[in-house]
Amino acid sequence: MSTSTATQPSIIIDNVHKSFTLHHGHSLKDVVVSWIRGRKTSSTFEALKGIDVTIGEGDSVAILGYNGSGKSTLLKLLSGVMSPDGGRVLTRGRVAGLIEVGAGFHPELSGRENVFLNAAILGMKQHEIEARYDEIVEFAEIGEFIDQEVKHYSSGMFMRLAFSVAIHVDVDILLVDEILSVGDAPFRAKCRAKFDELIAAGKTLVIVSHDMEMVRELCTRGIVIQRGELKFDGPVERAIEVMNQS
Amino acid sequence: MPGRSGGLLDIIRWRYLLKLLVRTGVTTRYRNSVLGWTWSYVRPAAQFLVFWLVMGVFMRLEHGIPSYAVYLFSGIIGINLFSEGFGNATRSIVGNAPLVRKVYLPRQLFAVSAVLVSFVHFLPQLGLLLVVCIVLGWIVNITIWNVLAIVAAVVILMMVAFGLGLFFGAVNVRFRDAENIVELLLMLVTWASPVLYAWTMVRDVFPAWLTTVYLLNPITTAVELLHFAFWVPVTSEGIAQAGYEINPDLGWQTGTALLIGLLTILLGQVVFRRLEGRFAQDL
Repeated sequence: MSTSTATQPSIIIDNVHKSFTLHHGHSLKDVVVSWIRGRKTSSTFEALKGIDVTIGEGDSVAILGYNGSGKSTLLKLLSGVMSPDGGRVLTRGRVAGLIEVGAGFHPELSGRENVFLNAAILGMKQHEIEARYDEIVEFAEIGEFIDQEVKHYSSGMFMRLAFSVAIHVDVDILLVDEILSVGDAPFRAKCRAKFDELIAAGKTLVIVSHDMEMVRELCTRGIVIQRGELKFDGPVERAIEVMNQS
Repeated sequence: MPGRSGGLLDIIRWRYLLKLLVRTGVTTRYRNSVLGWTWSYVRPAAQFLVFWLVMGVFMRLEHGIPSYAVYLFSGIIGINLFSEGFGNATRSIVGNAPLVRKVYLPRQLFAVSAVLVSFVHFLPQLGLLLVVCIVLGWIVNITIWNVLAIVAAVVILMMVAFGLGLFFGAVNVRFRDAENIVELLLMLVTWASPVLYAWTMVRDVFPAWLTTVYLLNPITTAVELLHFAFWVPVTSEGIAQAGYEINPDLGWQTGTALLIGLLTILLGQVVFRRLEGRFAQDL
């Protein structure tokens, strides 16, 4: 663990802008009516207004901010789900997001099949999944239910399995979006231990969370975003202070 | 740079996921149904029966076209392959919205897997047709050309289905009208190709240039190839008597159809890749 960014950068966010176009009318009728009345059919909303951040390899960084401040948009730009309208996002190595775990789960498939499907969706190769399979199932504490269809799982089991798959993906950069609310207390403790392990292994971690306690334990650096603008970038303690003042 | 798509090259890199997606598509299709895969036979069988009864018997096409049943069925399975591949590929992006919104993966995979799944469902129908043809003495009369014709027809159908599926699938994200347009097209496609009737009937009525346009339709070519592959060997002696002839330009047409298929994929690629960047926010 190091606070320095003297190592080579693993993420460069360079003057990134992102705006969304909000369409008020979808049908032809809506468009024609608003055109006659001289109204605009769409308006733009600027989610990110020029963010500059460089994150070094092995850093663990928390992105803090209130709802709607643009944190999740930033994560989506990092994962490649969306592309920026202006500026550049560069990442080095494999990126995986623990963004909304379980998105790729198919309720009709068994837990086993879902592990393979989801791991493949997150970019793992067949032999990698096979090598990690036992570890994934053990971590999820699913036991004999692994061959059951996922739709019969309890929501806790479902989330545990999904999380377990995501965290075992071999990555260089891990993006985490508010998911440590998964599972019960013992499982949460286990997840935290797993994160510590990843940090020790020199992975880059970017965490979006409102859980200040967790952020304080895991991250060394904090970035505060407010209404799409960078407000603070520095040690995590100071970042939390800034958050609490605003 | 995250989220940059490598187009079709990505498919090769992500082939393992593609395999899993296809398997999921195939195995979950008939989950929780008692008859399961039998449905893959029941649907085309019912469709065939209706067409055969109405067109063949009531409208007496059976007398104009010898072995009308085989003629009809070999065309229908081709159209089914195309409709399913095209329809599923169109819906594949919107249908996988949760994934497209949250995880980055090459989105074309969904369209590719949709077309491949439709191919898997085509196989039992093909098997059924083969059984009928073998009973009617098909195997004695076939040459390597007949087998090649089947391959060419399947390739053409899947290429066009994939290309158009990419195009409409991408447009469908923003404008759900695409789904309805596709449904309309699929309704027309059976009638725009010589599935129920013979192409010579079109030639006799249409002016020459319109016939050329009609024959340019790659689906028409694929259907004709299937006729050549299955129906012609079964009915070899009856064809001339009935006043039917195989289109003498079928070879050229196959080449043209393959080219059109390629162009469709190219068009699909260009449009898809241009719109791809906005999928996550538009869904």
